[in-house]
Amino acid sequence: MKGSKQYAGTFPILLALLILGTLSGIRFGAVQISLEEMFSALQNQFLSPETMPLNERIFMEIRLPRAILCLLVGASLAVGGVLMQALFRNPIVEPGLVGTSSGAAFGSALYFVLGATFQFNAGEWTLPLAACGGALLATFMVFSLSQSKQSGKSAITTLLLMGIAVNALFLSGVGFLSYLARDPQARSITFWNLGTLSGANWHSVLIVGISTLVCVVLALRYAKSLNALMMGEEEAGFLGIDIGRLKLYVLLINVIMVAIATAFVGVIGFVGLIVPHLLRILNGSDNRFLILNSVLLGGLLLTAADLMARLLLRPAELPIGIVTSVVGVPVFIFLLRRKDYFF
Amino acid sequence: MLAAQHITYAINGKKLLDDVTVTFLPGKLNLIIGPNGAGKSTLIRVLSDQIRPQSGTVHFGDRNVRDISRQELARMRSVLSQSIELAFPLKVSEVVMMGRYPHFTSRPRPLDEAICWEAIDFFDLTGLVDRNYLTLSGGERQRVNFARVLAQIWDAQPGSCRYLVLDEPLTFLDVHYQFHFMQKLIELLKGQDLVVLGVVHDLNLAARFSDQTILIYQGKVLADGHPQEVLTRENILTAYHLEPVFYTEEDATYLFFK
Repeated sequence: MKGSKQYAGTFPILLALLILGTLSGIRFGAVQISLEEMFSALQNQFLSPETMPLNERIFMEIRLPRAILCLLVGASLAVGGVLMQALFRNPIVEPGLVGTSSGAAFGSALYFVLGATFQFNAGEWTLPLAACGGALLATFMVFSLSQSKQSGKSAITTLLLMGIAVNALFLSGVGFLSYLARDPQARSITFWNLGTLSGANWHSVLIVGISTLVCVVLALRYAKSLNALMMGEEEAGFLGIDIGRLKLYVLLINVIMVAIATAFVGVIGFVGLIVPHLLRILNGSDNRFLILNSVLLGGLLLTAADLMARLLLRPAELPIGIVTSVVGVPVFIFLLRRKDYFF
Repeated sequence: MLAAQHITYAINGKKLLDDVTVTFLPGKLNLIIGPNGAGKSTLIRVLSDQIRPQSGTVHFGDRNVRDISRQELARMRSVLSQSIELAFPLKVSEVVMMGRYPHFTSRPRPLDEAICWEAIDFFDLTGLVDRNYLTLSGGERQRVNFARVLAQIWDAQPGSCRYLVLDEPLTFLDVHYQFHFMQKLIELLKGQDLVVLGVVHDLNLAARFSDQTILIYQGKVLADGHPQEVLTRENILTAYHLEPVFYTEEDATYLFFK
């Protein structure tokens, strides 16, 4: 119908803002980097990487991977939010609902407190692996515990409630480990639970990049079926959709995408919650447009939050999770109180 | 033609359907009636392939429903239920387009858009296309859903009938809308490849509009045929435990209860 024309404006505007936001994210910080330095760094990378000036090296090794990781993580969390909200037919669901974030938090806490004792060491990959393992463990628990002979309508509700229970369990595990921890370890746990992109490097960009790209492309394939699910599982079934398969694949896509992103940057809240909301107000609820635009708006919001996190206490850095929560909560409350937005 | 043969469906040893055999012909309005718990909804669920019976077969035309893929079935059979809540706000035009989902992969073809407009036109929804579905009244919503399920089976499938299953679609509607819907159905039935079957609660609607009435009672077909043969004093007394009063005016019979 007329839909596609009406949606056409949002994408280029978001794309322009995203490019602008990313450039400012790279330019500003404890050290200013000019556009000329960025260009010359890109040239020098190929011509003479050894003799690069300090600012150019900061750009190539710190700012640029961090900016790209920001886009990827923001996109992953926002698309995860769209998928989970569509699947649970509920607008206040977060991508971490099925245990993914709390499991990751538990895995990382375990690493911080007991890492030395266990002698498990995979170099710079230890923390992401521990977090990813925790995320998969918690998610697997949620799923296996919500499997029952009851099928159909109640299955999603069971999953939702089981998610709440398992989240509580793993967060109390994190609490217990923080209680056991000595001071520097406890600080690491807290810091990681608030999220930070300061560990960004080209390795993390590559891994998060592959997972984000593959998962977003797959998510787009299920967008139409997720639209039909808005009417309920039974109605979607009448339209020829295999609900069991849809649920399994969409959950898998979300878990992989969010677990990998969380493993590298820690727990970052509210992006997955408010991005789908904002886009629904701009453009309506068609999941095809929501997914595409979430990639951009998620990246944009996280880039802006990261810039604030780096600038507010310059040269020190705020955990990004604090920024997203402080900005996200009022936005969310404002959205909830709008009269023309329905739940 | 839609035919169910010797359908038996039991849960925990209780037979909800017991050896039910019914046939629904194209071009006719087939309405299923019966008291609560008689098995009407179970029969509808079996016929729309939502549940599989322990024994018996369902045939769409000459094909067993088990040999028809989900996707293919969705292109020739649509189901209108009683009230549909959307989880998120959508425009009326987007809801109607959902009916075309089984027919295209990612983007609607021009044909799909044309069919949506025809369905919207048929139900006088042109003024509502840009409205948010969640702000509509119950009657308007049901008209939108009617347009959606009709868009789903709008184009004739080669070599096959189209099937419209109505699962108590009139329950929450007032008398005006109930009559309006029935008249639209009769208009649609001029297309001779359309099989319409549905569950209704109002015996007078069945008496007045249906070509074939099926009375279900305790999981069995109590009576099947022309509404006047089915809606007799004995049958109504057996199924509903109420004494009916018949009132005839201008060749139409109306039912009341003592």
